[in-house]
Amino acid sequence: MTTTEIAPAGAAAPEHVPYRPPRPLRYGATAGLLALLIAFPLVFPNPTVTSIGVFTMIYLIAAIGWNMFSGYSGYISIGHAAYYGIGQYTVALITIHAHLPAGWGLFGLLPVAGLVAALASIPIGFLLLRVRKHTFIVLTIAVMFIFQLLAFNLTTITNGSGGLTLPFPTWTGDFFNMPFYYVGLLAAVVAGAVAWWIRRSKYGLGLFAIRDDEERARGLGIKVTRTKLIAYAASAFFVGIAGGLYAPFVGSVYPQFAFDPTFDLAIAVLVFVGGIGTLSGPVLGALVLIPLQQYFYLQFGNANLYLIAYGVLFILILRLLPGGIVPGVTSAWRSRLVARARARQELAGAGGTGPEGAGPPGGAGPKDSGPKDTRPGAGQKDRA
Amino acid sequence: MLILQAIIDGILIGGYYALMAAGLTLVFGVMEIVNFAQGILVVLGAYLSYALYSHLHIDPFLGLLITLPAMFVVGVVIYWTMIKPIRRDRVIMSLLTMFAVGTVIEGILDLIFTSNLVQITTPYVNSSVQVGSLIFPVIYLYSFGMAVILLSALYWLLYRTKFGRNLRATTQNPTAAKMVGIDVDRISAFTLGIGVSLAAAGGMVFGSTNSFDAASSYDLISRLLAIVILGGFGSLAGALVASIVMLVIEDVVAVVWSPTWGQTTFYLVLILVLLLRPQGLFGRTAVRAQ
Repeated sequence: MTTTEIAPAGAAAPEHVPYRPPRPLRYGATAGLLALLIAFPLVFPNPTVTSIGVFTMIYLIAAIGWNMFSGYSGYISIGHAAYYGIGQYTVALITIHAHLPAGWGLFGLLPVAGLVAALASIPIGFLLLRVRKHTFIVLTIAVMFIFQLLAFNLTTITNGSGGLTLPFPTWTGDFFNMPFYYVGLLAAVVAGAVAWWIRRSKYGLGLFAIRDDEERARGLGIKVTRTKLIAYAASAFFVGIAGGLYAPFVGSVYPQFAFDPTFDLAIAVLVFVGGIGTLSGPVLGALVLIPLQQYFYLQFGNANLYLIAYGVLFILILRLLPGGIVPGVTSAWRSRLVARARARQELAGAGGTGPEGAGPPGGAGPKDSGPKDTRPGAGQKDRA
Repeated sequence: MLILQAIIDGILIGGYYALMAAGLTLVFGVMEIVNFAQGILVVLGAYLSYALYSHLHIDPFLGLLITLPAMFVVGVVIYWTMIKPIRRDRVIMSLLTMFAVGTVIEGILDLIFTSNLVQITTPYVNSSVQVGSLIFPVIYLYSFGMAVILLSALYWLLYRTKFGRNLRATTQNPTAAKMVGIDVDRISAFTLGIGVSLAAAGGMVFGSTNSFDAASSYDLISRLLAIVILGGFGSLAGALVASIVMLVIEDVVAVVWSPTWGQTTFYLVLILVLLLRPQGLFGRTAVRAQ
């Protein structure tokens, strides 16, 4: 039924098993990061700074959501702005037609925005997931543009290019951004918990199997279509929530900003920079890149200089860290540990087992050399 | 009669879309790169023709003698500096890289030309030939003729020259091509150059028939991608047929229904076709079994 490429569908199938820090370190780092994020707007209450924080949260939710599907299944979607836009329009339309007052109540619409996006994603995903690789990537873009055109053309519902305006909350001054920030943080934590659960579950194992070799996964009895579709809907859910948070924060919804091709690529870049398919990758990518991007935007009042600066930065990151920050750093750290373990063993056992026995399980050898070691023979130095 | 007129318009416009789509599909065929920057490169070509016409008064068709080689160089430079160094995850990394390149070009174009819409207004842009009750805008006739000439040249290049044979060999199997002594990097660089110059040729017509700014690129790239998927990725004949089919459908829908829905139909056709033939109209079923 699907196309017949023999290669695994995953564009990002990992050649290396990343190093896992010990559990106390991981939990401690997570708790520390969370504490920092909670304290952040209290320490820097300046509205300019906290609005950067809100944008970061919006992109963080979307990046974790996107990674849940594209990172775990290997199907790269460059069309998730469709669900971002659906989330925005859902919140805007409900608010306007139900005459909801601005304020805390609007946050109750976030799950609704997510659900609508997820519901829309099921038939779309069913169609799109029949194809793979480039065709899938490009079709996701096409679907996004269909939604953009619909938003432009269905003027009776969306008011076309005139856009929709949401009522502004009555919060003022330093407090204005706070509710958005904390609700965003809460949603991001929920998204992170779901992503964490998927990684640990049997379901997630099926998803990773699809990424590595879809035909074999099917042969092993994984219901591939259903597995992919669930992940697709879950990721649409969180991207929809991100959109639902964005609309009341900005106060308006326009077709070209709701269904925005640059949003799609921004999300992909965040996750790629952090490390695709990892748990911490999207978090790191969003927390590093979005503040940087917003800073550029504020720094160069000129939007064109900002575009140029961001594009150049993006090219540099792709060039310097092709595997992403997390896999790059962890595998470098791990090969260091392996090298040290071997050195110790060589010192201890003069007539002993030799270097083959050393190193943690999971393969210590030239095979799992880090992403930088793409030159043939680069992994040989460990054996020397 | 209106419908006949729409069909003729669709065929004539489809001609220059075929140029831009041919560039996209050729690049994909040779190096598996989805050139997301093709849209902005079309706009770059349009701006070059615009600048030559408005400052030096060089006719845009004549100006192609300058813009095509210039854009060829742009393509070759992009290949050597951006695409060649990519080692991992080529498909997605090259797409993201080309997007980034496109972003930079968009920023530069916006900086130079501002975001005011412009159009290449040659004296013959608004003139037309009338045959019976059918109207043929002159610019469409010229551009269709140019498209036929350029595409014939492309076919000659691909099927009658040694370069073309090497290129087709690279499309079929890059590893084997390398083994028989073909310089795949050179072929790839040239192909990207050709793809980008075809974008420039299409951009010249686009700039003469539409008012445009740098942001027009998003609309363009989405149409071009739709055409290329419909034709089957990497298939030149598919891209040519799909361009004409899509533009005819769009124009007919615009006439019998409403212009706003023309483009939506464009994408709906794409999805319907892919439901029946996921590899596109002319796509090969077994592509590259490693």
